[in-house]
Amino acid sequence: MNTEILGLMLMYGLVVALAIPLGHYLGKVFNQEKTQLDVLFNPLDNLFYKLSGIDPAKEMNWKQHLTALLTINIVWFVISIFILMNMAWLPFNPDGNPSMSADLAFNTSVSFVTNTNLQHYSGEGALSYLGQLVLMLWQFISAATGMAICAVVFRAMKAQSTETLGNYYVLLVRSGTRVLFPISLLIATILVLNGTPITLEGKDTMLTLQGDTVQVSRGPVAAFVAIKQLGTNGGGFYGPNSTHPFENPNYLTNITETMAIFLLPIAMVFAMGHVLRRRKLAWMVFGVMTVGFLLLCLPAVVFEMQGNPAITQMGLAQPLGSYEGKEIRFGAAASAYWAVNTTCTSNGSVNAMHDSMTPLTGMFLMLGMMINCLYGGVGVGFLNFYIFIILAVFISGLMVGRTPAFLGKKIEAREMKIAMIIALLHPLFILVGTALASHLLLTFPEACANWLSNPGYHGFSQMLYEFCSSSANNGSGFEGLGDNTPFWNIGCGLVMLLARYLPIIGPVAIAGILARKKYIPESAGTLQTDTSTFGLMVFAVILIVAGMAFFPVLTLGPVAEYFSIIQK
Amino acid sequence: MNDKISLFQKDLLREAFWQSFYKLQPAKMVRNPVMFTVEIGTLVMLGVCLWILTGNQSQGSLGYNFFIFIILFLTLLFANFAEAIAEARGKAQANSLRKTRATTPARLQNGEIIPSSQLKKGDIFICQAGDIIPSDGEIIEGLASIDESAITGESAPVIREAGGDKSSVTGGTKVLSDKIIVQVTIEPGESFLDKMIALVEGSSRQKTPNEIALTILLAGFTLVFIIVTVTLKPFADYAQVPISIAAFISLFVCLIPTTIGGLLSAIGIAGMDRALRANVITKSGKAVETAGDIDVLLLDKTGTITIGNRKATHFYPAQGIELQDFIRSVVLSSMADETPEGKSILELANVNPASLSVQNPRFIKFTAETRSSGIDYANRRIRKGAADAIKTLCEKAGHSFPAEIANKVREIASNGGTPLVVAENEKVIGVIELQDIIKPGIQERFERLRRMGIKTVMVTGDNPLTAQYIAARAGVDDFIAEAKPEDKMQYIKKEQAEGRLVAMMGDGTNDAPALAQADVGVAMNSGTQAAKEAGNMVDLDNDPTKLIEVVEIGKQLLMTRGTLTTFSIANDIAKYFAILPALFMVGIPSLQSLNIMQLSTPESAILSAVIFNAIIIPLLIPLALKGVTYQPIGASALLRRNLLIYGLGGVLVPFIGIKMIDVLVSFFI
Repeated sequence: MNTEILGLMLMYGLVVALAIPLGHYLGKVFNQEKTQLDVLFNPLDNLFYKLSGIDPAKEMNWKQHLTALLTINIVWFVISIFILMNMAWLPFNPDGNPSMSADLAFNTSVSFVTNTNLQHYSGEGALSYLGQLVLMLWQFISAATGMAICAVVFRAMKAQSTETLGNYYVLLVRSGTRVLFPISLLIATILVLNGTPITLEGKDTMLTLQGDTVQVSRGPVAAFVAIKQLGTNGGGFYGPNSTHPFENPNYLTNITETMAIFLLPIAMVFAMGHVLRRRKLAWMVFGVMTVGFLLLCLPAVVFEMQGNPAITQMGLAQPLGSYEGKEIRFGAAASAYWAVNTTCTSNGSVNAMHDSMTPLTGMFLMLGMMINCLYGGVGVGFLNFYIFIILAVFISGLMVGRTPAFLGKKIEAREMKIAMIIALLHPLFILVGTALASHLLLTFPEACANWLSNPGYHGFSQMLYEFCSSSANNGSGFEGLGDNTPFWNIGCGLVMLLARYLPIIGPVAIAGILARKKYIPESAGTLQTDTSTFGLMVFAVILIVAGMAFFPVLTLGPVAEYFSIIQK
Repeated sequence: MNDKISLFQKDLLREAFWQSFYKLQPAKMVRNPVMFTVEIGTLVMLGVCLWILTGNQSQGSLGYNFFIFIILFLTLLFANFAEAIAEARGKAQANSLRKTRATTPARLQNGEIIPSSQLKKGDIFICQAGDIIPSDGEIIEGLASIDESAITGESAPVIREAGGDKSSVTGGTKVLSDKIIVQVTIEPGESFLDKMIALVEGSSRQKTPNEIALTILLAGFTLVFIIVTVTLKPFADYAQVPISIAAFISLFVCLIPTTIGGLLSAIGIAGMDRALRANVITKSGKAVETAGDIDVLLLDKTGTITIGNRKATHFYPAQGIELQDFIRSVVLSSMADETPEGKSILELANVNPASLSVQNPRFIKFTAETRSSGIDYANRRIRKGAADAIKTLCEKAGHSFPAEIANKVREIASNGGTPLVVAENEKVIGVIELQDIIKPGIQERFERLRRMGIKTVMVTGDNPLTAQYIAARAGVDDFIAEAKPEDKMQYIKKEQAEGRLVAMMGDGTNDAPALAQADVGVAMNSGTQAAKEAGNMVDLDNDPTKLIEVVEIGKQLLMTRGTLTTFSIANDIAKYFAILPALFMVGIPSLQSLNIMQLSTPESAILSAVIFNAIIIPLLIPLALKGVTYQPIGASALLRRNLLIYGLGGVLVPFIGIKMIDVLVSFFI
């Protein structure tokens, strides 16, 4: 078999094999069960609690959890803006990079706070090492935020008639110290061994083969890249992200980084199974996510390996597949695979130019972001999936002749209202955003002249992709879009903020309300949610909500582009 | 009264037809957000038609636009018609119940005769044999046999008497014998039937919690498609594809869930109507819905699980006593016994008491102290009663209680029977075995309930041993033996505390608290006013097994909503494939590849989709009114089955339907 394909199968198989035990470990971390690593981490955690005056035994209800989450996020948001705007005179600036302007600092902070990591700058030239470290810290915080709040939802799903759902600070600290930190360390070590720099020294001087002297940017790259991948963050140390040879030196690091992208999102599903003591439910969720993921991944890989039909029509052979915008050291298949992974998981790091993918691959990438829960971001992917579960439970509950209930809690008008609003947000942000952009482009053609690098359908896809990426908190770009303008900065900034926090607040509120409700014991008439039939139902709901809302735009963008290419 | 009201009865259709226009008022339409948006769309299309009349050239031909307008208008009418026909059927059903009691003369105590419509709560009237009872009320004096066939369809007369739990009479029923004095218990126009008619008519119909949640879901989908349609305008401008207003409106109307939106209220009304057809009056739509969720069913043993009372099944003479003699003594001791058990003994003996000549008999009545009854004549004293009572009687007189009789007594009791020991002159002469007769077919019904996930609980005054035996034979899951009314209450509260929903049926005043506590309380129509007030349903047939039907009606109601929602949303796939290529093909010819149904022209494609969207509503009205059949095959299997029929069917049917309509339409375009 083709070695490229074998490589993909190896990556996927390894991730699942690692994610299952890791999921159980995560479950233990969330449940505060004993693990062998307690000796190591208990003193560390206690130090954190003592330093910040946290009472780890204090129980919180869902509203207090959300308040804690938002408070932490706002405080660090302000700190990071301050640092980004004052980097020039602060320490750890060996290359003498300047401070950021206010609007760029705001944009960058929003982007990292929301786990989006859309970058309107190139790290090597625009950030001091302190700036990079602050953003690196954010990659930890935003990932831990997702994990902790997702753990709150797990607890709420398990709870019976209770208000209290554990302590948010404890969940946040434990997610950081016991999961993100040690695994990042491991990934960073692999990267360092393969040549990724890790240093606080400034630029190095190097003699090229041509005999020129060049200045090469260095820094704590390995540490930065590790958490960038692991926390589904995606913000690169260098402008070119993981296409840069220092961020992703070879095929082995490419395997490591690809695996890191969706290791935690899958592990979170199995963590749910452990916390709830419902392994079958976890497998149902994993199964639905996997089927969706494969339906996007397989055709994308095939299209990229087949090459560009426009080039084929010119009579040129493309034995290696479509190579425009791809790194030769990774190959077409691994690039397509990474691309689908990074868009499905709200990561957004890239190892190839997404703008250069063939039209339908572009569509699959956008679909990944439109659905945004086929594994999804760390923690938040499951929260998005949770909304789809609620909708599916409602419809299928009716179909079996009972008032719909999920895990023994009745789904009533209030929960439906929240679920429906959250399900609406994503289409709203993406469609209205893109519609505004299209409208502005037509109304003020001169002012917007620099927006699109391509006219027609592909240009449309570029705009659509940008809003998908913002609303999915993904952060990758269909580049080629001139996005450093007030419209794109403000528009995407707002979308990122709203699309980060509302889809966290909604599911937590639903789970919190359900947790308070009386538990209805199961009977033969109860809808089982851990069966493949119910999985099919969830899948259908995802298809309908995402597919139905985005069918027309996808038709006008990538589908129209595809047909116009093959029918030439 | 069980004559079926056909779905397409002429007068019903006529009434529903006019109602569907009347319901077009925006103030009424706004209750249903999905159809309200269709109404706005229809008005916009009317505007477009007028615009074209004033000379606009950009929107295509007048004929085409007017045709779209007409179809949208029909869509609205069809949806209104669905609701109207459901209302009309419910009203007709209730009216046929009410008709009987329209204006019956009522004779007051002072002899004055007034029409029943003037009776007020608290009035007292007198009824004699042959009279139609003018109003619902409670007997305050007397006893009468009453023919309730006008209400229940059951021709056997029933006894109603003052005091106790059988004191309630219903207006429209006929007194067959004796005379009763009745106090009116309701204000005119406030009987349960009147309330039910108001519920059906919509004036006091409130959306049930589940209906509200579903409306939110549907409104959410409608919002999504508003966003999709509105944003399509700038997208199309960007792609330089001209799209007419008619096409936008058509796309929108086809995508929003009009099928379920149009049928939703009809489904709810039909649920109450089906309950009424089963002769159950519901006090709210919510009660029917809750019935579908029931987890525990409390059933009285007598009348539900067993036929009426215990019956004598065997005579066992003591050693040395001839069977013939034993039977003769038994018959003598029972000839004055009016209890059903006593009568059943005579039945089993098959001896006419009159043929036995006894002089100056003295009948001994059953008392709580002696716990036996019998007869004294000449020098013989025959007694029959509970084993321990007879034992004491014999032992007091110095006779021993035979061991073989004691064994027999134990044997009968452990088989769920009731032993009656018979003694003559304080010597035991034998045992009569009384047994409960379990209703034929009841085991299957309980099995069905079990497969529905419902736990059945038998409530009985029997001792635990007998109760256990009958429970096991009938196949109920649990029982409450030696039950007092408080025990029922306790049991209900316990189950509810564990999160289960409980249904029960009751008739007596002392059932009222439990009826009120239960999530679904069905009061028998023969029961006391207090019981009827406390429950949320009234069963006109006084049939305790009715609960099972009520549960299935509730389940059908929810299922019909769920399956039609699925069907409606699944239809969107085909509609997209019909309309989207039609919208874009003019500007982007390569998108012809998406026209997988090969619809002939963009206009015919859009028309076909809109026509399909409209006619599917009336086509599904029968299903909405009849309800989707419930089968107790387990939730997952049921979901699989309904997903296959209504999900997959919902995907495929419109592809076929739209293509067929397109073939027809293309003849005219």
